Amino acid sequence: MSSISAADIDHHHDPSTSTGIPNKKLLMWTFLASDCMFFGCLISTHLIYRLHPPPGVPAARQIFSIELTSFSTFILLMSSLMMALAVNAIQKGNLRSLRASILTTVLFGSIFLGCQVYEFHNFVYEKHLTITNSILGTTFFTLTGTHGTHVAVGVLWLVLMYIRSFKPAGAEAAKGTWLLFSFAHLVVFAATLILTGYVVLGVARAGQADGFNLKMIGTYAGAQYPALIATLIGFLGLRWFALPRGEVDFDQRNAVDVEMMGLYWHFVDIVWIVIFTAVYLLEYIS
Amino acid sequence: MADALAKTGFLGKEEHAPTKTFVLWRPTAKTGLMSWLTTVDHKRIGFLYGISALFFFLVGGVEALLIRIQLMVPNNHFLTAQQYNEMFTMHATTMIFLAVMPLSAAFFNFIMPLQIGARDVAFPRLNAFSFWVFLVGAIILNIGWFIHDGAPNGGWFGYTPLTTKLYSPNHAIDMWVMGLQLLGVASIAASLNFIVTIINLRAPGMTMMRLPVFTWMTLVTAFLIVLSFPAITIALVELMMDRLFGTNFFEVSGGGMPILWTHLFWVFGHPEVYILILPAMGIISEILPTFARKPLFGYPIVVFSGASIGFLGFGVWSHHMFTTGMGTMGTAAFSLTTMVIAVPTGVKIFNWIGTLWGGHISMRTPMCFALGFIWMFMIGGFSGVMHAAAPADAEQHNSYFVVAHFHYVLIGGSLFALLAGIHYWFPLMFGRKVSEFWGKLSFWLVFIGFNVTFFPMHFLGLNGMPRRTFTYDSNMGWGTGNFVATMGAFLLGIGVGTYFVVMVYTFFKGEKVAKDPWDARTLEWGLPAPPPEYNYLVIPTVHARDDWWYEKHHRSEVAAERAVHAKEDAAHGGIHMPFQSIYPFIAGVGILVGAVGIAVVDADPGPGLVGRKLATCLVGFAILLVASLLWSLEGNDGYHIHPEGEVEGDGHGH
Repeated sequence: MSSISAADIDHHHDPSTSTGIPNKKLLMWTFLASDCMFFGCLISTHLIYRLHPPPGVPAARQIFSIELTSFSTFILLMSSLMMALAVNAIQKGNLRSLRASILTTVLFGSIFLGCQVYEFHNFVYEKHLTITNSILGTTFFTLTGTHGTHVAVGVLWLVLMYIRSFKPAGAEAAKGTWLLFSFAHLVVFAATLILTGYVVLGVARAGQADGFNLKMIGTYAGAQYPALIATLIGFLGLRWFALPRGEVDFDQRNAVDVEMMGLYWHFVDIVWIVIFTAVYLLEYIS
Repeated sequence: MADALAKTGFLGKEEHAPTKTFVLWRPTAKTGLMSWLTTVDHKRIGFLYGISALFFFLVGGVEALLIRIQLMVPNNHFLTAQQYNEMFTMHATTMIFLAVMPLSAAFFNFIMPLQIGARDVAFPRLNAFSFWVFLVGAIILNIGWFIHDGAPNGGWFGYTPLTTKLYSPNHAIDMWVMGLQLLGVASIAASLNFIVTIINLRAPGMTMMRLPVFTWMTLVTAFLIVLSFPAITIALVELMMDRLFGTNFFEVSGGGMPILWTHLFWVFGHPEVYILILPAMGIISEILPTFARKPLFGYPIVVFSGASIGFLGFGVWSHHMFTTGMGTMGTAAFSLTTMVIAVPTGVKIFNWIGTLWGGHISMRTPMCFALGFIWMFMIGGFSGVMHAAAPADAEQHNSYFVVAHFHYVLIGGSLFALLAGIHYWFPLMFGRKVSEFWGKLSFWLVFIGFNVTFFPMHFLGLNGMPRRTFTYDSNMGWGTGNFVATMGAFLLGIGVGTYFVVMVYTFFKGEKVAKDPWDARTLEWGLPAPPPEYNYLVIPTVHARDDWWYEKHHRSEVAAERAVHAKEDAAHGGIHMPFQSIYPFIAGVGILVGAVGIAVVDADPGPGLVGRKLATCLVGFAILLVASLLWSLEGNDGYHIHPEGEVEGDGHGH
């Protein structure tokens, strides 16, 4: 592996392009301009229908849980901090720090998504707000669902980048095995994420029904032990995949890839700030 | 510069061992079917766009002729009302999205990278992906002809509530929604690529204010596409949610407002008009200076007019909605902005006239089409300004006057320019030239046929003939105008037929010409015809706005400079070419399967976990996902070629 020190690469200037901006970065900026218009249209739709409510539309304030959403908003904003640290780490070629930051970003993004799953479930089954039964449900679920899809895509991207950072360099890469290894890594990662979400949401729901105490947790663990064991195996598997296996083909020259992903992630967070204000906070004025 | 290039990490990692495993094989075919499915060459992708566009142009033309036959005489029963609705819907959708836009995209692909002195676009595989998604969208739009549900029949504007499930219960509208959605994805992906290419891949010395006007208009158009298509994408998503999941976006009983669709549609729809005309204006701005043998008059003003047309184009959409009752203020405001947008358009016309003024005009076929463009586009522009006056528009709204207006700007404007462009760049693309006699004959047939068809429609419209009505009574007084228009349409059809027969003949048997047969001005004409796959043997250094003209007058200096650069290039490993890839095509196949699942397969009757519809969608999604993963894993590396034909792969030779 040729050793390139961080000083060799100027992360703010790409001499191979006319403007010095790396192509991938410019592509992402332009895409985000386009994405602004996507969200602009959806948010406008929500606000227009908010101003023209048909008779019998439920009051949003009675449905929303501002505490939960404030918490998930905070978590999502903190994930942006971790994303920024990840970009910084790879620009310096620090792989350990990059992986830790990416995993934290994945964790925070997943917490946000978990909150959204909980929120949607709660709205539909307890507050009786569905996507079909009122215009509020229609615009709310479509808008926040589209944003949630963006976060989910971001999480998938982060996971893929994390797995990519284990691609072996040199002779190992010439064999096809790393590809199978990576696919297995991806499957285990996705399964573990989903299982963890299932367990955490299950505990939360059980706790809500019976109150949080040791007995409740014991009952839950007794009933759901296969899921718990599978989750544990998943985490052990992830640890095993992450064991050091020699040189990898991932260094500061990949910084632009991570930075492109970071731009996307920050943008999705900024959109959430707008949605949080326009959809949630607006209902609490006056 | 070359030293910096070699050192940079941004170019990918060429010194690495090759990663050719059993799935990540690299196609190398240069001929045959595989070479077209896996191509990443912008010129070949340009041809793919061009051939598809010309095919759909003929399809749309046949639809137009069927419409004209139906309207030829009063109370005609050639088509049923239902078939007529399908015809006018598909004629408009086909001509806009499957003929004019992709034909412009063909020129963007083929000409733009050559004009800026680049060897390809910034993301070659994404470029191929854009084409395949475009083709999938075109297929989805046209599946209806072959199945029981029939073709889409809700108009190209798809106004709700007509297009909601209640009034259009079968899959025809689903196919329209899904088809347009995919065409949007294709257009946005292609435009992002073009924007990055124009901003970042210019040859040394090619400053923004030296860009050929066609490239400038490509840039403006690409920005219009990435900023306006999201509006229709969201409108289509909302309509699709209504149709598939029973939401209330346009469901009046649930509090939805169909007027929202109209606004979202025209927020896209009006910039779309400029998406169709700005590339045409760019082509005209290339042809006029060449055949007037003068530089373009007022280059900066032409560029800024184009940019301000693009900018103002976002502020005029409600002039399509003057009769919806927006209120005096809204109507007055949109009336004003619409009149304002005529100013930069007029400025361009005067600059083109200024270019002709005092030039040594040579009346070759491209020039005939270009001059026809100016004249016909002005007529369409004038009737456009008439619509800008809201009270007059209230009279003309939904009448044949509007049909006359937009055919003057779309055929007399966009299409004339595109036909001119094909003639103009044909020698560069194929090294052959259309004979002047046949070229001019097809021009006059098209020109006369077009005017005979559409000029009477002004009068029909002012006499009250409504659009989108499949027949009319004989006592309305519209018989003569319609009969003349239909005769004109046949003449236009013969003209277009002549044009293409001559084109095909020329492709095989036409007169061979040396490079630069028109004595043109811009960079691409310095290339051999047809250009090699790497375009430029040595990346040119640009010294002037019309750089090829400059080179023709400074041959020795430019040759000396080029020799030095050639030596530097050779020292850095030759010309870098991207590997071909099959994954953009496979991703397109996945999208096709998924789109068929969403738009064509019937909803599953029971609440069963995986029925036919969901299964089809999931299979498509899985193919797309696997193709995308392999696409990213195979990486964007390439190989090197040396001018004399010696080839070496990455990592093999060094």
